[in-house]
Amino acid sequence: MSVSVLYSLLGSTLFSLGLYGLAAYAQLLRKILAINIMGSGVFLILVALAYGPGENSPDPVPHAMVLTGLVVAVSATALALALACRVQETTGSAQLPEDESD
Amino acid sequence: MHPFSACPVWIIFLPLVNSILAFLFRRRGAQLGIVTAVGLVPPLLGLFWQVIGHGPQSYPVGGWGAPLGIDLYADGLSIIMLAMTAVVGIGCTLYATGYYSHGGEGKEKQHHQDSALFWPLWLLLWAALNALFLSADIFNLYVALELLGLSAVALVALAGGPSAVTAAVRYLLVSLLGSMSYLLGVALLYFAHGTLSLGLLGEVVNSSPAGFAAITLMTAGLTMKTALFPLHFWLPPAHANAPAPVSTVLSALVVKGSFYLLLRLWFQVFTATVTPSVANLLGILGVAAILWGSAQALLAQRLKLLVAYSTVAQLGYLFLVFPLAQGTGTGFSAWSGGVYFILSHAFAKGAAFLAAGTVLYGFGHDRIDELVGVTRRMPVTMFAFAIAGVSLIGLPPSGGFIAKWLLLNAALAGGQWWWAIVIVSGGLLAAAYVFRFFSRAFRHVGEISTCRRIPRSMELTALALALFSLGLGIIGPAPFEIIQISAPLSGPVLSGGLP
Repeated sequence: MSVSVLYSLLGSTLFSLGLYGLAAYAQLLRKILAINIMGSGVFLILVALAYGPGENSPDPVPHAMVLTGLVVAVSATALALALACRVQETTGSAQLPEDESD
Repeated sequence: MHPFSACPVWIIFLPLVNSILAFLFRRRGAQLGIVTAVGLVPPLLGLFWQVIGHGPQSYPVGGWGAPLGIDLYADGLSIIMLAMTAVVGIGCTLYATGYYSHGGEGKEKQHHQDSALFWPLWLLLWAALNALFLSADIFNLYVALELLGLSAVALVALAGGPSAVTAAVRYLLVSLLGSMSYLLGVALLYFAHGTLSLGLLGEVVNSSPAGFAAITLMTAGLTMKTALFPLHFWLPPAHANAPAPVSTVLSALVVKGSFYLLLRLWFQVFTATVTPSVANLLGILGVAAILWGSAQALLAQRLKLLVAYSTVAQLGYLFLVFPLAQGTGTGFSAWSGGVYFILSHAFAKGAAFLAAGTVLYGFGHDRIDELVGVTRRMPVTMFAFAIAGVSLIGLPPSGGFIAKWLLLNAALAGGQWWWAIVIVSGGLLAAAYVFRFFSRAFRHVGEISTCRRIPRSMELTALALALFSLGLGIIGPAPFEIIQISAPLSGPVLSGGLP
């Protein structure tokens, strides 16, 4: 139990770190990495908490959720990277412009 | 097994399969779009007939059953949302066949590429929306929400150009952040209660710390995706820079998807966890959205941007549902007012965005100051925009009027009159920004800028959606009888005295 709590705390830390990275950095690649770190945090929590108190075998449902979540995360990252390339091509910089486009 | 029981599966799989086919056979996109639009009608009617006749329906996909397999579920709220999606979706499909039939201005090649990718993405988005409205467990809802977000982002990026691509990236980052937050809430709920089903969670979720953390994370994620002030910054550029049919589905349907989920969670799952202070906070943010969105719409230089900021403002009304439902005896009034607002806004904003897209298509620009006298060039489109405006302002006999009437009733009968001030003044602000455009569009001037020929389907679909928004105000109590089917709240539609 204490191990799973430890890992879920680690997962929450990763989630918060990712959140910070998403807000703090301007470069798109860093933002995309930050989102991935947040995702890893959530998946770690799901995997860790699958070992309930006093159970020997883990609950398979969170594992299935993590597998589905990984597929979604891979597709989202691919789309984000493709869009980041398009931003680089069209604006000449891999950062989001500060002003709202009008 | 009953012959109609497989309807929910068809409703999800038909657009999904056609989306894949449209991706493989890119020249046949428009035909596949029409096949989907027509093909969805029979299973939708079958499902409506079942739900209206026999109450809520549940369908175990593959016959596996709830804990292992995926259950699809449809009640009154689901079928009303599915019907709304179908009406706007069929309108958009017909509009897009006209919009993409002739090459774009000076960028013929780009326009053709757009049309080749528009159809698979739009059909995927349609499948995601239908799946969202039919899902019964919170993880399935997460998958549907992600599919919806990813296809919507790709559609925004279709327009190419620096502003559209940066808008798409912003939208994607916000959307992913919202999903991550929601997923963490799902994880907490699963470990606190050991189930993912919306129905079962509703019985067991209490005001434990896990429940509070889950509602906070899920509400934060979903309000971000619904573009509630101050997390609305991504919406206006994304909705204003997308191609016309895309703007329409984004504003009319996609933001409603995440709000629908928020309604389900607040009124079915977290009933024991919700506190008045959190509900009031959402209401206050809604008020800020109404004021800020309307002010920005008044200042907007471009017509599509005006319509997009109007969406920010109108979404603010939806969040008034949460504090209004806290009043004693006004729960159902506020809830059904919110659902009615979703419907009338979907039709009115769909018509407004289609009409604004036609203006951009016809004149090659949508700068409001230069659109003087456009009513003489495109009378049908402007008529559609005018009717949509009536519903957005909330004038009788439109659907927008009924929705605001219900919200006003909930505010006054529940003793929360301060929300009523906002509802009324929001209508005045909407009138101001709608008439700011019309004062130019209806002006009589000697010469009007030339306009390219507009396909008939583009004009008529905008008009049809506008008439739907008007019709919602006239058809009477039928929608209320449908949304009452296993609604989370019950009570009179109009509570207490009349406002």
